[in-house]
Amino acid sequence: MNLTVNGREHEITSAPLTPLLHVLREELEITSPKAGCQQGGCGTCTVLVDGEPRRSCLTAVATVDGASITTLEGLGEAESMSPLQTAFHEHYAAQCGFCTPGMVVAATALLERVGGPVDRDDILDALGGHYCRCTGYVKIVDAVMAASRTVPA
Amino acid sequence: MAAEVLIPTSADEAATLFGEGEDLTVFAGGTILLPEIAAGRLKPTRALMLHRSGLDSLETAGDVVRIGATTTIAALIEGTDDLLTRFAEHVADGEVRRNATVGGNLCASPGVGSQRGDLGAPLIALGARVRSTGKGGERTEPVEDFLAGDRTGRLVLLIEYDRPAGKTAAEMMRRRHAHSYAIANVALCESNGDLRVGISGVGPLAVRGRSVEQSRNPDDVLNDVDPVSDALASADYRRKMLPLLVRRALDQLQAA
Repeated sequence: MNLTVNGREHEITSAPLTPLLHVLREELEITSPKAGCQQGGCGTCTVLVDGEPRRSCLTAVATVDGASITTLEGLGEAESMSPLQTAFHEHYAAQCGFCTPGMVVAATALLERVGGPVDRDDILDALGGHYCRCTGYVKIVDAVMAASRTVPA
Repeated sequence: MAAEVLIPTSADEAATLFGEGEDLTVFAGGTILLPEIAAGRLKPTRALMLHRSGLDSLETAGDVVRIGATTTIAALIEGTDDLLTRFAEHVADGEVRRNATVGGNLCASPGVGSQRGDLGAPLIALGARVRSTGKGGERTEPVEDFLAGDRTGRLVLLIEYDRPAGKTAAEMMRRRHAHSYAIANVALCESNGDLRVGISGVGPLAVRGRSVEQSRNPDDVLNDVDPVSDALASADYRRKMLPLLVRRALDQLQAA
């Protein structure tokens, strides 16, 4: 099997029914997708599969053989953050940070789909399956709204 | 991990490999099975993975909607707009719906804390038919008969229904977070004076509300289903709420 992860091709040796999450974390050592509930309930393992956000813990690797995967690592670096990462930083949208990878990945997909300012309901719909136990969500929603109003660099 | 993984590349090959389904775990979207497998609670000896089987077609031919078994719930919402869509939009969240399949929703057995199978109500109300294969070969039957039978020996190929010609109504009761299965779902279709009632979420199987279809008395729904207790709601609560939901749905039909 093959995966292109953050633009780089990898040959995969994990078994077909291995969750994509474990392939990313253990075989490829890409650790931003977090192993939270591991049953689809918390959202911190979310990655983009061919541009669409999906739970990597619920996705058997064989079912995405040949796909292009984007994780948080593929969105920006500390020195060159994406507009959404910058907005999370500026709005204090991360506290412990465990949910942040999934939040940012899912919100990135939302902003790309809408392509302009998003309103609060769009965000609540897109992030409804993502749990944060620290922030109370307000700052996360504020960050996504702010990022959607910046012109992409 | 499964000792043997089968990945058919056509519907015919899937049907052949399935055979009579003995000692075989059918794997579609994985939203229910994969956590079980990953945690070692489920150890399939043989797994039949359907993602390359071509069973994911979704088409409307004339007035007939045909949904391949592995059509994802996300694709269903994109591709249709009727009574079924109204329920599908409330299954889990968008990310889970990109994995979850219609066939899987139909075949899901109750979980530890919830009843699952939320799409049963609209499919029954729509008079959907299920084409499956297994022992004795292919057959097509009403969805409520398929559900009441032994699903473990059947491989679902297709779900089809005629686009509702008359009025429809939907009532859903669920907790306010993205992953909640329904506490109770009620779907109604009425055409030419004939009423079809589908109920799901209240017990281990979605059922047809034949008593209500005859009498149109909401309280009669308790003759058709025996609500259970789970982590979402008690049987007592469901017994009180279900007639209320049926009443509201019947009122919707009146007002439509």
